[in-house]
Amino acid sequence: MTHRVLIVDDEPNIVISLEYLLKKEGFAVHVATDGEAALAMAAELRPDLVLLDVMMPKKSGFEVCEALRANPDLPALKIIMLTAKGRDTEITKGLALGANAYVTKPFSTKDLVAQIKTLLA
Amino acid sequence: MLQGWVVVLASFLYLGVLFGIAWYADRRADQGRSLIANPVVYALSLGVYCTTWTFYGSVGRAAANGIGFLPIYLGPTLLFALAGFILYRMIRVAKANRITSIADFVASRYGKSQLLGGLVTVIAVVGVIPYIALQLKAVSNSFTILSNYPEIVMPAAAGAVPLFQDSALYVAMILAAFTILFGTRHLDATERHEGMVAAIAVESIVKLVAFLAVGAFVVWGLHGGVADIFARAAEVPEVARRLTRADTSASYGSWGTLVFLSLFAALLLPRQFQIAVVENVDVKHLNRAVWMFPLYLFLINLFVLPVALAGLLHFPAGTVDADTFVLTLPMAHQQEGLALFVFIGGLSAATGMVIVETIALSTMVCNDLVMPLLLRLRWLGLAEKADLSGLLLEIRRWAIAIILGLGYLYFRVAGEAYALVSIGLISFAAVAQFAPVVIGGLFWKGGTRDGALAGLAAGFVLWAYTLLLPSFAKSGWLPEGFIAHGLFGIELLRPQHLFGLSGLDEITHCLVWSLLANLGAYIGVSLLRVPNAREARQASLFVGGTDLAGHTAWGGSAGVADLLPLAARFLGRERAEEAFLRHARSRGLKSVDELPGDARLANFAENLLAGAIGSASARAMVASVVSEEPLGLDEVMNILDEASQVRAYSRELEQKSQELTRATADLRQANERLRELDRMKDDFISTVTHELRTPLTSIRAFSEMLHEDPKTDLEQRTKFLGIIVSETVRLSRLINQILDMAKLESGRAEWTVSAIDVDEVIREAADSLTALYAEKRVALDLDGLHPGLTVMADRDRLMQVMVNLLSNALKFVPTDTGRVKVGAEGTASEVRVSVTDNGPGIHAADHEVIFDKFRQGSGGTDVLTDKPQGTGLGLPISRQIIEYFNGRLWVESAPGAGACFLFTLPRQASDNDAKQTQGGSQ
Repeated sequence: MTHRVLIVDDEPNIVISLEYLLKKEGFAVHVATDGEAALAMAAELRPDLVLLDVMMPKKSGFEVCEALRANPDLPALKIIMLTAKGRDTEITKGLALGANAYVTKPFSTKDLVAQIKTLLA
Repeated sequence: MLQGWVVVLASFLYLGVLFGIAWYADRRADQGRSLIANPVVYALSLGVYCTTWTFYGSVGRAAANGIGFLPIYLGPTLLFALAGFILYRMIRVAKANRITSIADFVASRYGKSQLLGGLVTVIAVVGVIPYIALQLKAVSNSFTILSNYPEIVMPAAAGAVPLFQDSALYVAMILAAFTILFGTRHLDATERHEGMVAAIAVESIVKLVAFLAVGAFVVWGLHGGVADIFARAAEVPEVARRLTRADTSASYGSWGTLVFLSLFAALLLPRQFQIAVVENVDVKHLNRAVWMFPLYLFLINLFVLPVALAGLLHFPAGTVDADTFVLTLPMAHQQEGLALFVFIGGLSAATGMVIVETIALSTMVCNDLVMPLLLRLRWLGLAEKADLSGLLLEIRRWAIAIILGLGYLYFRVAGEAYALVSIGLISFAAVAQFAPVVIGGLFWKGGTRDGALAGLAAGFVLWAYTLLLPSFAKSGWLPEGFIAHGLFGIELLRPQHLFGLSGLDEITHCLVWSLLANLGAYIGVSLLRVPNAREARQASLFVGGTDLAGHTAWGGSAGVADLLPLAARFLGRERAEEAFLRHARSRGLKSVDELPGDARLANFAENLLAGAIGSASARAMVASVVSEEPLGLDEVMNILDEASQVRAYSRELEQKSQELTRATADLRQANERLRELDRMKDDFISTVTHELRTPLTSIRAFSEMLHEDPKTDLEQRTKFLGIIVSETVRLSRLINQILDMAKLESGRAEWTVSAIDVDEVIREAADSLTALYAEKRVALDLDGLHPGLTVMADRDRLMQVMVNLLSNALKFVPTDTGRVKVGAEGTASEVRVSVTDNGPGIHAADHEVIFDKFRQGSGGTDVLTDKPQGTGLGLPISRQIIEYFNGRLWVESAPGAGACFLFTLPRQASDNDAKQTQGGSQ
């Protein structure tokens, strides 16, 4: 069964790279470029995993994460937070809000794929 | 058996016993087991107030005036019973400031003025000499009468006896010798004489018992009790008259005068001040003395009237001087032992007064008159002399001898003109002149040195003119006409009817004029100026309580090496070293050498010296060795003088503390601001990090993917490489702008300022962007440009601003239909440039936010949904540049209506167009 992955990021080039990378790994990939769109798409598509950027217009990644975790329809959803802000407090905050993993930009493509696969196994 | 030699022998024996008591008390004091440290001794020693005037004179006065003798004792009684707080305050102040005499007290109160101390001393010496003469007269008369026993012979007139047969001369010499032995054996830093006080207390008992013995003998020995005497007196009209009314109506006024006068005398006579204030061991003793001393006065006056009446009844009128009744009544009844006892009692009263008075006066003469003069005479070289303690004692001995000599001289010159009591009153009136400056000084802060000098001088001159000179005139030493017709025959200047004032007795007359002038001058001259700093400080020590005492404002310091030798010169090496050692121990130090050379040590030394040479001289001596620090006393005093008052100084301090509070608040604010800045710096770094990592993320991801999969097809490969290149460019631009921003913010940016044609710069910037505009097919309209506008600016920086604004506009306008319009116009004072686009517009809430670093108008608006290309530093940098040239950069926009970025720059004055514009339509 093909796992569905939702990429949420407002940086076009990063979206392009992630989309290419994950499609090549055989995932069904969807993209949202802001927090609100992400919530709508997650509710509709019921993805297995969300790659979530923190710094976004309209709704920050933290808010999105919180909202996703509050949705009873998505009990098994895995969330990986992606951020360019690598401060410890933010990592702690993300994990406290229910993220499964926290990856700092720039990331290693190999490690990211491995992490996704581990979480979906 | 009462031959002359018996009387002389008894006298010497008595004086010997007194000396023994004094010696024993001194020894006890040295051992620290004071004999006099109890309130009974204090109260008894106050009995020094009762001299031969009381002992012999009261009866004389009563014989003449009935109860007219009484006011002299009512005054002190009232003082102690009702005004003890004045004494209490005087003692506290004197102790705290180590006051050694009344002259020292006045000098110290008005800024430690040597001149004032000297004046008080002169007044005291001149004023008290008649009083000493009185004692000599009484002792010598009583001796003469007693040695003629069993006959009762009145002594000859004072001037009539050849000098060397005059017993008064020998009395004066013996008293001088005795006083010198008593008071000047050694120099005491505290200027207290325990032995003397003990002897005075004993003398008070002796004279009281002697008088009571005479009284008892007269009342119960000669008569059948008090009632019997009064009944017999009532039968003789001549005697009964004494009991019924005063001589004249003015006598009633005299009562008030005498009460008033004696009240001050009990406070201000040098010997009273000495005993009551200087010799006071513990201020608490006053609590008992306020009733014990009046009781003593009551007892010693108990038999005055009976004795006086008995004398009048016994001796035919005019044969026996009433002043001698106390002695002659026992003699007339062959009571030899009692007569001798009475003589000893009288001797007690005289010696007590003379000893304390001359010791007090000699201290004043030495400390406040002679030493200040000698120390000023440089050719004597005293200031350099190693040990002056011997000299100080020598001066005092001579002062005692001279004062008694003057007393004897007055006795010879004027002694016969007055009864005992009248002579005493002359002295009382003289010391009453101290009342305004002393009492005023204790309760009024406004008194100044000049006021005190003026008041004392005026009072003293009038006293001398209305009371002292007439006493010479009555004795024939000045022409009689002086009293009858006034100075130079001017009636208005008649000394006892000055300016026509008559109907008063001479004492009241003198008091009215002298105290009027004294008070008037003291208050009037004091009010001429505000007290200077030193006066104000002393005033607050004297008036405002004593707790501040000792905090003398020494701005500098001197070491033990300077101060110890200084003290040793006046006190003697041994005593000085002892005192310094005590001081060192009190500060918890082991030896004198450990004492730090600080202001406290200088204060200690000043206080120590004040005890020996008076406060004014002590200050001068310590000042000679204390090295004032750069901001020394004088400067502080100057500041204080300018501020006029110590009160101003305290206000200044208050202000300072308020300033400090403000400064603290400012610092706290600054600290908070710093913290805020620190937090902003953290945020900034975090944001910069984010901005740098974002392009890096893309670059790394694409590079890794290309690296791992060499078989990526060409199209993808080209696309990825294109992204990598553009992200690299973005990264470089970002780094450059961050550096640029940092340079601008820290003020390290380099500026090349010249006159610049704005039109030209705008066209150049537009040219550089032609390709990009063409690519997006956006129209750039430059028709709104006015030529010939000149500003002073950096050409490259202005270009940077224009390129930034134009490329921003290009970023936000739609492709194909986009339109950007540039305008430039001038007013008289500034050039205004606008860049208008037809893009999405900017929400009002974001109008300022977009000028913050890394803020590209997010914040919940719909406007910038798509993340714009750019670093977020362009606008902040542009604003920095425009503001550097004193211009403004802002945006006018509404969502959906496009945006207009505007900036202004000050217009260059020499620019031709500016002149045209000024004269033109704008």
